[in-house]
Amino acid sequence: MLVAVAVFPGTNCEIDTKYAFEKLGQEVVLVFHKEEKLPEGTDLVVLPGGFSYGDYLRSAAIAKFSPIMKAVIEFAQKGGKVLGICNGFQMLVEARLLPGAMKRNENVHFISQFHHLKVIANDNTFLRKCSVGELLNIPIAHGEGSYYIDEAGLKTLYANHQVLLTYTDENGNTQNPNGSVDSIAGICNEAKNVFGLMPHPERAIEAILGSDDGVKMLRGFLD
Amino acid sequence: MKVIVNIQLKNGVLDPQGKAVHHALASLKFDEVGDVRIGKQIILDVATDDQAKAKERVTVMCEELLANTVIEDYTIEFPAC
Repeated sequence: MLVAVAVFPGTNCEIDTKYAFEKLGQEVVLVFHKEEKLPEGTDLVVLPGGFSYGDYLRSAAIAKFSPIMKAVIEFAQKGGKVLGICNGFQMLVEARLLPGAMKRNENVHFISQFHHLKVIANDNTFLRKCSVGELLNIPIAHGEGSYYIDEAGLKTLYANHQVLLTYTDENGNTQNPNGSVDSIAGICNEAKNVFGLMPHPERAIEAILGSDDGVKMLRGFLD
Repeated sequence: MKVIVNIQLKNGVLDPQGKAVHHALASLKFDEVGDVRIGKQIILDVATDDQAKAKERVTVMCEELLANTVIEDYTIEFPAC
């Protein structure tokens, strides 16, 4: 599988993301934001975490107009698989590839810690290796990760199994770190080829570093 | 011509910054403050004398980039200079 990881000015998780997919035996190419095309044969595009364009104006507001994003949007619209992690998730909502919007954390703090997530839907590529209700321990690191969607939009998300992950404590009880609607940590689009989450699965791939639960998530994309 | 764009979270969308500042004001005994909402102001210098034309263009700028209309409202003003 060929994984293209997009790199914007201010992106800082591209090497971790590359490392994670290479550890899973995949070929990974870093693609600079000025590129207008994705590499031939790209199977998965990852928009990694960071602070693209300094997060000026709003997180990811400027990144969505990068030349590479035009190619990514086109790729997604043709059914190509796209995974947005943290700042990448923010890019996907800013680019309207995913519904809703991202707000400043409710407590106005930047939160960097391990957090438990509960799998809500696994009838999709990303989480197919996980079971519904399963708990995963994955780091979060964001200041603007409070997911917002209006009531009608939320209903649609649930009806289509687009709510993928919610924040919980270690027992699976809701524990909302940032004020996200329904404690939502990750969603996908209706066609289930575009995935976004605030937590960082690429930072949880080795047990010695606290958790390897991220492996299970990323493996969903492998054949 | 100067154009002022004011952007704020829509009514009903929780403003955590405003809430934090409200708490701080309350702790300073400014009890008369009932609510605080924080927005941002963007001041543009637009190369035109045609106000209607400027408004049309700035509206597009707001829709495409300056505001996230999922959660934010914007107003466009022309300051008397």
